[in-house]
Amino acid sequence: MSQYFESPLFGVTITIIAFFFGKYINQKTKKAIFNPILIATALIIMLLINLNIDYEIYNKGGSIISFFIAPATVVLAVPLYKNIHLLKGRWISILIGITTGSLAGLVTIFVLCRAFGIDDIIMISMFPKSTTAAISLDLAKSIGGLPNLAVIFTAIAGISGNILGEYVFKLFRIKDRISKGVSFGTASHVLGTAKAMEIGEVEGALSSLSITVAGIISVFLIPWFMSIIGI
Amino acid sequence: MKTLRQLSIVLLILSVGQILQTKFNLFIPGTILGMMILLILLLTKIIKLKWIENITNVLLDHISIFFVPANVGVMVYLSQIKDVWAQILFIAIVSTVVVMGVTGAVVQLIDRLMARSRKEGNA
Repeated sequence: MSQYFESPLFGVTITIIAFFFGKYINQKTKKAIFNPILIATALIIMLLINLNIDYEIYNKGGSIISFFIAPATVVLAVPLYKNIHLLKGRWISILIGITTGSLAGLVTIFVLCRAFGIDDIIMISMFPKSTTAAISLDLAKSIGGLPNLAVIFTAIAGISGNILGEYVFKLFRIKDRISKGVSFGTASHVLGTAKAMEIGEVEGALSSLSITVAGIISVFLIPWFMSIIGI
Repeated sequence: MKTLRQLSIVLLILSVGQILQTKFNLFIPGTILGMMILLILLLTKIIKLKWIENITNVLLDHISIFFVPANVGVMVYLSQIKDVWAQILFIAIVSTVVVMGVTGAVVQLIDRLMARSRKEGNA
């Protein structure tokens, strides 16, 4: 049996099965909080702890699945290319909005982490959380954060934005459809876009465009912000 | 074979991105460079959308599952975050709300200002 766990087949198999189980629960309950990625993650962690299997052993198979993150990141250019006409006449406000919003998020993380006395390494891992996981994973690596923590924060940003979006718009008095779409994509990447698409086509298209634009802006903004605060 | 042929195009672009990143020691991840290269190739019509459309759909339809193993990696840090998990969850949610609210409010505000100045310019 232990020979089986050591083979990549084990990691690949439980990842796919756990994901489909998570997807099934998500479709039955129709609740964003029951996110398939989070359910699958929790199930696999529980299984590994119970069977006393190290992450490295599981990851022999897991890394085969993770490999596809890189080509998937490259093809994120496609939704951006398809929707780039939406930027026409609005690109100044959209770019300034995304940059200001992303910066406000970084400042919030920095201030609250200092207030609660959170370790810098955890704080740095949180900085890329609004970008899509493909970007946040690599970004966390290049700024000296912990990639595995970064993807968890990314999932939290996605789920909380998906659930809270409409309340946030009321609170900040955001009524314009384009602004709503940009907000979803910038703060909550793919999971925000899923909600934006439910609200309307304009919101969905702008949200998916903003995922990539916000990701590219963050790649430059986060290292700059870190040099300003001196870490 | 079509999907495989399309995958080879994407992997080739990705490789160029990765090589550029290591060769010039850039702070931009190689995957993002690859994405920018693909966008430029599409905009300049050097690459046609249909050459990569199949593989794009396959990869983006399954993107969620690709992150599960990386998420599981959090178990390595469980002991490191077990005393502060409530605080960091709070910070992550609050900052997400801030990003959302500020982004939308700024886009809306600038659009209104620009519309007003256009109107005044016409009058």
